[in-house]
Amino acid sequence: MSDILVQGVQMLLVLLLAPLLTGFVRKIKARLLRRQGASVIQPYRDLLRLLRKEVVLADNASWLFRVTPYVTFAAIWVAAALVPTFATGLLFNWTADLIAIVALLGSARFFLALAGMDVGTSFGGIGSSREVMIAALAEPAMLLFVFCIALVAGSTQLSTVANFIASSYVGLRVSLGMAMIALIMVALAENARIPVDNPATHLELTMVHEAMVLEYSGRHLAMIEFGASLKLLLYISLIACVFLPWKIAVFGTGPLSYAIGAVAYLVKLTTAGFFLALFETATAKMRVFRVPQFLGAALMLGLLGTLLLFVSKSF
Amino acid sequence: MPSLIDLMLEGRSVQQHSPWPRVAVDASVWTFAASELAQGRWSLLGLWGELSTVHMAIMDGHTAEIATVSLDCPDHSYPSVGKHHPPALRLERAIFDLFGLSAEGSTDSRPWLDHNNWGVRFPLGDRIDALSQSSPYRFLPAEGDSLHQIAVGPVHAGIIEPGHFRFTASGETVVRLEERLGYTHKGIEGLMIGASVERAAQLAGRVSGDSTVAYAFAFSRAAEAALQLVVPDRAIWLRALLAEFERLANHLGDIGAICNDASFALMQAHCGVLRESVLRASNAAFGHRLMRDIVVPGGVTHDLNGDGTAIIRAALANIRRRFPALVELYDNTASLQDRTVDTGVLKPTLARQYAAGGYVGRASGRSFDARRTLAYPPYDSLHFEVPVLTEGDVNARVWIRVREVEQSLSLIDQILDRLPEGSIGTRVAHRPEPREGMAIVEGFRGDVLIWLRLQDGRVERCHLRDPSWFQWPLLEAAIEGNIVADFPLCNKSFNCSYSGQDL
Repeated sequence: MSDILVQGVQMLLVLLLAPLLTGFVRKIKARLLRRQGASVIQPYRDLLRLLRKEVVLADNASWLFRVTPYVTFAAIWVAAALVPTFATGLLFNWTADLIAIVALLGSARFFLALAGMDVGTSFGGIGSSREVMIAALAEPAMLLFVFCIALVAGSTQLSTVANFIASSYVGLRVSLGMAMIALIMVALAENARIPVDNPATHLELTMVHEAMVLEYSGRHLAMIEFGASLKLLLYISLIACVFLPWKIAVFGTGPLSYAIGAVAYLVKLTTAGFFLALFETATAKMRVFRVPQFLGAALMLGLLGTLLLFVSKSF
Repeated sequence: MPSLIDLMLEGRSVQQHSPWPRVAVDASVWTFAASELAQGRWSLLGLWGELSTVHMAIMDGHTAEIATVSLDCPDHSYPSVGKHHPPALRLERAIFDLFGLSAEGSTDSRPWLDHNNWGVRFPLGDRIDALSQSSPYRFLPAEGDSLHQIAVGPVHAGIIEPGHFRFTASGETVVRLEERLGYTHKGIEGLMIGASVERAAQLAGRVSGDSTVAYAFAFSRAAEAALQLVVPDRAIWLRALLAEFERLANHLGDIGAICNDASFALMQAHCGVLRESVLRASNAAFGHRLMRDIVVPGGVTHDLNGDGTAIIRAALANIRRRFPALVELYDNTASLQDRTVDTGVLKPTLARQYAAGGYVGRASGRSFDARRTLAYPPYDSLHFEVPVLTEGDVNARVWIRVREVEQSLSLIDQILDRLPEGSIGTRVAHRPEPREGMAIVEGFRGDVLIWLRLQDGRVERCHLRDPSWFQWPLLEAAIEGNIVADFPLCNKSFNCSYSGQDL
């Protein structure tokens, strides 16, 4: 019974925290630009506003266009439920591993890319083609990161990985350092952040993710925005769980360690959000055709980390 | 090589036109002038129409001589200049839309300003009813395998002016860009006809909001040239102060906005603060943030007192303190340099052919600056440099702006130090006979040309030529071969006026 309860708390927690994280990153970015910035709870208000607005659909929009927001949101939410946040060993953790998370995110993007082309506007097409180009490079890099971790921890189960890394006999590892940088680069690309994409741009010609979802409105757009926030939270949780699993609670250790785990999780989220904002402020967006080089570097880092482990387990 | 003087001898000089001569010529001289333009010996400054006359302003780049040739066309057609010299094409299309004068032999007879929404055709010529149904605008074709079109605008996602851009792209690479402008046509030249000089000056100041001082300055100089007015020294110097302040504010805003289009919002935030400090200083010193309606024929309406001087000096000191750090930030941010260097290269030959003014021309090796080349007062007695680069990319256009900010700071200092005492305006004495005047003033974008004919305190005809007329076509050339996603960056580095060219 308590299995379900703790898993339920985790699922609700990610849902509740995701818009807050987005709002927090926006606020920090605004402060770094010497602006006041919108309140950190603005994303919640935006979601409510969008949910109340009517949906404007193109005449030629197919069923695919209408179901995609829900499919992508559901896939991302399930993926987010699989990543340990404040505690490991939750009910769902044993049902799926890292590769399943990659697959869930991949299918979410697959539907979004199809929907971008569904109504046949030029921007949707541009966005989809750019998104798929980025994904084609980000996914292998992500998988190499998974292999690297699996070789170190001996498992692709995130709970096992987190418990293993948190244990005392994993010191500083070169391969893990490379895998972390690779994962951060992939996370920037996957979440449409600077330098790969700009989440705040109004320039329709430079958009990637935003161009793909340009035709969405109302509750559909709300689901997509919510999904994007959730995805950002998921990636930060993933980085925190794999590389910084300290104070994460082990399942069944009781409410106090859950509370400590939750506080530690919040601290990790805040720190990551702050560094994300700092990084985005200090960098310009790269040219579209520079992205393959950027993600190629992530791919190589993942590969190098994996190969090093074949040379010696102690790297 | 024939000089402009020789050309002048070919025609009948028009009296009461100043400061440069205007001659009525016949078709053969007109065509000769067009072919000389095509040879690159002279540059085209402007081409505009009247009820049954076309005028063409020409400059000899070597001697800085300027002349206007006029051709009567009672049968509503004249030999095309655009046939020989492509920069004239859009001007000819605009003349046809407004006056119904057709360019004989032109290679492009599509409408330009007229989108068939006016209810009439040829509103400034012999008005006729609009076509009951318009044929769709034909964009120039691009042929090849796997080319696709992207239509952008006229309504954009940001708060910018309306304009339509039709890209033909092969994947991400732009094969052809074609602009479709005219969405902000306000009929300013129509409103000018019959307006009093005072109202016309206000209209001129509203052609393009960011260049309101430059336009009012140019209009006033043209009206004063026509009426042979002598403007008090203090007013002349104050005008230069206003013009430099306008340039400063716009360049600061542009530098930030260009960086923002590469998603580097930090520069925009800081440059925005500096721009705002300039606007607030002008509000405190002159009573209007953009300094609108302060330059009028005869002088200026608002004097600068001791407080205003102190406020301006404080604003300058603030910019001097903080701007160098921003320039360093721009120069040292590798990710930003990666976007601007070698992006949107405009070749010097094109800049010369189109006689592109402002930072567009000066970043591509064309060292024309009306303040220096034509040296109108008070710039003839001020010290400043005209920065020129030859790279022609986005980076060069940013650097020209950076250098011009520095020059403007120095100019404002010089003006404040040497501001003469005295009155700030003279009464405008009207003449009963028609008199014509022309003026070219360097706005922040480039040279603004205004030609007018006054009679008895009323405007008979006034033509306002924005520098963007010769910059917009170059944007089409500069983007070719770049990727679609770099267009906003190139466009912002040109920052052409929609309103100024749509009139």
